[in-house]
Amino acid sequence: MTTKLDKTGPVGTPSPAPENIKAIPVRHYGRWISAVVTIALLVTLVYAFAEGDVNWAAIPDYFFDQEVLKGVRNTIWITILSMVLGVALGVVLAVMRLSKNPVTSSIAWGYIWFFRGTPVYVQLLVWFNLGLVFHYINIMPIYKDEWSDFMTPFLAALLGLGLNEAAYMAEICRAGIQSVDEGQTEAAQALGMSHTKTLRRVVLPQAMRVIVPPTGNEFINMLKTTSLVIAVQYWDLLQATSEVGQNSGATAEMLFLAAAWYLILTSVLSVGQYYLERYYARGTTRNLPATPLQRIRVSLLSGSNRQGMGA
Amino acid sequence: MNAMVKAEGVHKSFGAVQVLKGIDLEVAPREVFCLIGPSGSGKSTFLRCINHLEKINSGRLYVDGDLVGYRQKGDKLFELKDREVAAKRRDIGMVFQRFNLFPHMTALENVIEAPMQVKRETKAVARERALKLLDRVGLADKAGNYPSQLSGGQQQRVAIARALAMEPKLMLFDEPTSALDPELVGDVLDVMRGLAEDGMTMIVVTHEMGFAREVGDSVVFMDDGVVVESGLPREVLTNPQHERTKSFLSKVL
Repeated sequence: MTTKLDKTGPVGTPSPAPENIKAIPVRHYGRWISAVVTIALLVTLVYAFAEGDVNWAAIPDYFFDQEVLKGVRNTIWITILSMVLGVALGVVLAVMRLSKNPVTSSIAWGYIWFFRGTPVYVQLLVWFNLGLVFHYINIMPIYKDEWSDFMTPFLAALLGLGLNEAAYMAEICRAGIQSVDEGQTEAAQALGMSHTKTLRRVVLPQAMRVIVPPTGNEFINMLKTTSLVIAVQYWDLLQATSEVGQNSGATAEMLFLAAAWYLILTSVLSVGQYYLERYYARGTTRNLPATPLQRIRVSLLSGSNRQGMGA
Repeated sequence: MNAMVKAEGVHKSFGAVQVLKGIDLEVAPREVFCLIGPSGSGKSTFLRCINHLEKINSGRLYVDGDLVGYRQKGDKLFELKDREVAAKRRDIGMVFQRFNLFPHMTALENVIEAPMQVKRETKAVARERALKLLDRVGLADKAGNYPSQLSGGQQQRVAIARALAMEPKLMLFDEPTSALDPELVGDVLDVMRGLAEDGMTMIVVTHEMGFAREVGDSVVFMDDGVVVESGLPREVLTNPQHERTKSFLSKVL
């Protein structure tokens, strides 16, 4: 901003530009000191880890190990499926809670009360051990089996995580639906739209703007919470790395490896969340800010000439 | 000629507060019917009763000969199902004070939404009519804009086009210019004037006395939930008989 604008081109008689202020800026000594201290602490920490009794070379060796990759796939898979179950059931529960029917709204309230009020780890274990209550599963014409054969680690993980998530998603969806102005419902109804149409076409798309950001957080949270499915013996990322660690003797190294994989996955999700939020923000702001990629493209096309962007 | 809207002793209360205390009036087809009066007099509530956004507590309200919200069999009244209420509303367009456009849809998408979703029209048919309507309200070039990119006056004109897209036989206007900057009011009133000239039956709650006088076929002055005075605009507005009407008009004119 302080550089002089280099105006070229046919401009009448340019009035002489006023001289820019040249002043000595305030010195922020405090900032310098805190920067040096934090960097020193960070270096010490990195040094401690580097010098520690950790075989770092083992991490790249096992990074793309077959068992580890299978764990990564399963973690992604159970995360997606649990979230799908959680979101679908959460929307239903939110609509039930907002319904005028006292029975359905109480049932939704009770569901949320129970599943939010107990730890997800306990819920996972309960699903796995429900064989104590139900010895057989018998959906008359379709399916009949012993409970222990039916409740596989995968199903226990899916139900434990998904049903727990539904309780949280229900509250997020309810907040979103209630954030939409009542005038929107009235306008839709005045046009002759049914309740369902109004909800689906008018209310929910607008509620999404409020629902998506916390749901993105839930997704990222879910990815990490899946590490608890070790309790039901599902072969997820953490289970895989622990197993590999025990067999290879590099237990701690494999935990770092798992952490690295979780970081990669959550980073990818964060980028996805950014674009999803952008999509649902359409119509609410006059001009959406450029995405990082668009900004890079613009600055590449205009070369290093910074003035090209402003014009 | 059958009345388009007929009210007989309409009462409405919100909890203990009586908002409408026995409204009797008739609106003829092709009539421009203006409701004026101070805030809280029940004008907007009455308008919302006509398309059953509010339920009346007693009396009878008819639109085009049909009871609003109920079906009469002998001397028993049956509430209409939501689906039936929705079907009746298709024929009644409503324009709100705060526009209530759908912010996640462009102007064009706002206008084609109800014809496509409610009347099951194809996109091509709905689109063609929508573009004509947007042209009629002077916004043909704004079809692709989102409501947030339009001024208040433009938003209200899109809202009028959206209501007209259902080809209603009756249009309700709930203070359509009250939320607008003074210089934007004219555009909206021009559109309404054009509608009136085309013979649309319109009930307009308004504070625009000029519009009521020029365009209105009849004016009703409401206060505290009752009709105080009604008649031809030039009579009611220039030569009011009631003290209450006189004091109200002296403040707004």
